[in-house]
Amino acid sequence: MTVPGFLFDALLAAALPLLAWRAISARELFAGVVVFISFGLLVALAWVRLGAPDIALAEAAIGAGLTGALFLNTIGRLNTSGSEETDERGEPAERRSKLARALVAPATLGLGLALAWSLLSLPEPPVGLGERVGEAIPRSGVSHPVTAVLLNFRSYDTLLEVGVLLLAIVAVWALRLPRYRREEDPGPARAPVLAGLVRLLAPVMVLVTCYLLWAGTTLPGGAFQAGAVLGALGVLLLLANMLDLPAGHGGALRLGLAVGFGVFIAVGAAALLAGRVFLDYPPQMTYGLILLVEAVLTLSIGLTLAALFYAAPPEDER
Amino acid sequence: MSVVDWVSAALVLIGAFFFLAGTAGLLRFPDVYTRLHALTKADNAGLGFVVLGLSLQAGSVDVVLKLFLIWLLVLAAGATAAHLVAGEALRGGIRPWKKP
Repeated sequence: MTVPGFLFDALLAAALPLLAWRAISARELFAGVVVFISFGLLVALAWVRLGAPDIALAEAAIGAGLTGALFLNTIGRLNTSGSEETDERGEPAERRSKLARALVAPATLGLGLALAWSLLSLPEPPVGLGERVGEAIPRSGVSHPVTAVLLNFRSYDTLLEVGVLLLAIVAVWALRLPRYRREEDPGPARAPVLAGLVRLLAPVMVLVTCYLLWAGTTLPGGAFQAGAVLGALGVLLLLANMLDLPAGHGGALRLGLAVGFGVFIAVGAAALLAGRVFLDYPPQMTYGLILLVEAVLTLSIGLTLAALFYAAPPEDER
Repeated sequence: MSVVDWVSAALVLIGAFFFLAGTAGLLRFPDVYTRLHALTKADNAGLGFVVLGLSLQAGSVDVVLKLFLIWLLVLAAGATAAHLVAGEALRGGIRPWKKP
């Protein structure tokens, strides 16, 4: 390693725990979220330094970008809805938070110790999963190892992850949060400038989504990164008041949210019907099936992230 | 090192100087508007010089085009973000700083 490279990594390694501490110890929620977003961007940089651009892209887009937007949105809603509650109960809230800390601290410490122990008790020499993936690449239907692992060798894990995303939106909708009305607060000069930026960015973001999806089979990229860009476009459109929930039951939206998980399961089940193991694609169709699954996953992930940001469920006007 | 490398290094260093100056402004300037001014200068000019410097090192035209696309996107996003923050601050009643 070169000296500047080492210095850079040392700075990065020192900055990450510091930022993590600042994010959880910040007195104001807003300051904590801002530090959390910077933390996410530096984590993405750390993944780049570790030679894992796939995770770096996902971390920057989802970990820092969309999670940050969700947090900021939550703070905005807290400030408008529950201000009278927090004002009067300042003291109990403080006590409650001390109790919460006392409960969370041992659990976190235990998790940290368990992780440290598992790191120290790694087998020598370490199991070379990378080599085994490399050997199996020709059978995977794609040439990028990360995509081969996510969509073929360990597709079961990915299926469950997508299921978790679907569950998340079901749970958020079940809260029946009120609609976030920006009309009440139309900034005089805000709308045209933001709308202009969104008009400029939208085509580029759609193009990047398609590129990331397409490149995912041979280069870093794939459904999660492409879906994150699509979701970010959704968030921008919502912020600029250029997109709203469809009136009524939102059938098309529900279908779009579920189609990724549904098609993934259907592909797995079709393999079962053809006399193979669940999610074991037939060799000659592997590439096409992976691309199909990634395409519907991109749509569903993007819609899910935007819907999580909007938070309110579609409602029948009755 | 060839002449191109030297020019490239100089351009990147000029860009880094803008980022440094912008950060100093962000930390030292008195109110949100002047800080935004410092920050957007760093983004626009600093990244512009870095992109220029890197373009000289890029092997192909499409890499140069991608670099300039990144710069243009950051220009648009930075300007809009600064505008939104400043507008929100003004509507929230924060008066622009005046020399006392």
